[in-house]
Amino acid sequence: MFAPLAVFGNWSNGINFVFAFVIGIGFGFALESGGFGNSRKLAWQFYFKDLTVFKVMFTAIITAMAGIIFLDAFGWLDVNSMLINPTYLWSGIAGGVIMGFGFAIGGYCPGTSFAGLATLKVDAVFYLAGIFLGMFVFGEIAPSIDAFYSGKYSGFMGTVTIYEYLGVSAGVVGFVVVLIALGGFFGAEWVEKKYGEIVE
Amino acid sequence: MQSKKYMSPYIAGVLLGLVLLGSFFISGQGLGASGAMMRVVVAAEKVISPEHVNNNSHLAHYGGGDKNPFDNWLVFEVLGVLVGALVSGALAGRIKKETNRGPRITDKQRWIFAVVGGSLFGFGARLARGCTSGVALSGGASLALGSWATMMAIFAGAYLMAIFVKKLWT
Repeated sequence: MFAPLAVFGNWSNGINFVFAFVIGIGFGFALESGGFGNSRKLAWQFYFKDLTVFKVMFTAIITAMAGIIFLDAFGWLDVNSMLINPTYLWSGIAGGVIMGFGFAIGGYCPGTSFAGLATLKVDAVFYLAGIFLGMFVFGEIAPSIDAFYSGKYSGFMGTVTIYEYLGVSAGVVGFVVVLIALGGFFGAEWVEKKYGEIVE
Repeated sequence: MQSKKYMSPYIAGVLLGLVLLGSFFISGQGLGASGAMMRVVVAAEKVISPEHVNNNSHLAHYGGGDKNPFDNWLVFEVLGVLVGALVSGALAGRIKKETNRGPRITDKQRWIFAVVGGSLFGFGARLARGCTSGVALSGGASLALGSWATMMAIFAGAYLMAIFVKKLWT
């Protein structure tokens, strides 16, 4: 095992932050290239007109997921040394639903609003102002809702993956996710053929 | 200049997936966006009142005492996102001052709803400890249990709310 490189190489913050910037460039380039700087393209997924978001996102998920699983199997990348999001089931689901409402109303999500900002979309600027406002409010009330955020009502389960929870190997879950994604891609193409109106 | 068409979603997806894999391989963590924005909020609050940040346990986690809220991987990654999107947009001739919206509302109405939607998303992203980048995409690829639950909640909430705000987009 020699990766994550920053972990096994004991990198200083300085080096790690340089790579963060470079990785960010790739992230921003991919987002804008896929059309994620345009709020209308993003929102039209919710009306089954333009399912680009689903296709890009799930292609990215299965690509990275397969890469992680194979690199771990080769003994190159240690999954246990990667940051895996901890599970707070109830606050995670509640936050997710609220994010979903915001996505449909506002058209962007935080990452895509940066792609909008970089390409001078005025609505992205207003969206970003809203994000700061919402986060400010959350920060102010966070200590008072701690029981739900991280306490006994948060549904905290520790850092757990789907395959650990089910007691199977990562490859089994990965294989199923790939099959579901492939089914989803065929479904998305079919829906677009029927109701589609792609934002060019 | 005539703007170019967007990249094929599957090619853009593979590109995004390789960047995400590279992020895990190099830095040991996935991509993110909202975490960096929270740090901007805390930094602004700290300028106005450092005591206020120290007295709020949640804010203090990001910027209490001697902690600089910007001393964080995600902050530098997000600066890169702006540059990368700018380069992609410039190469494709898509850098254009405009407001994207449905045909039945005005630009001003779109801006108001952008603030409302952004506020909800910002609040929800902090409650769920991450957004579509850090949770749905990165947590999805690492097969984190809670991240998949949050991802499904995001899309369930969005498809539900979309029924009521159809006028904004179509």
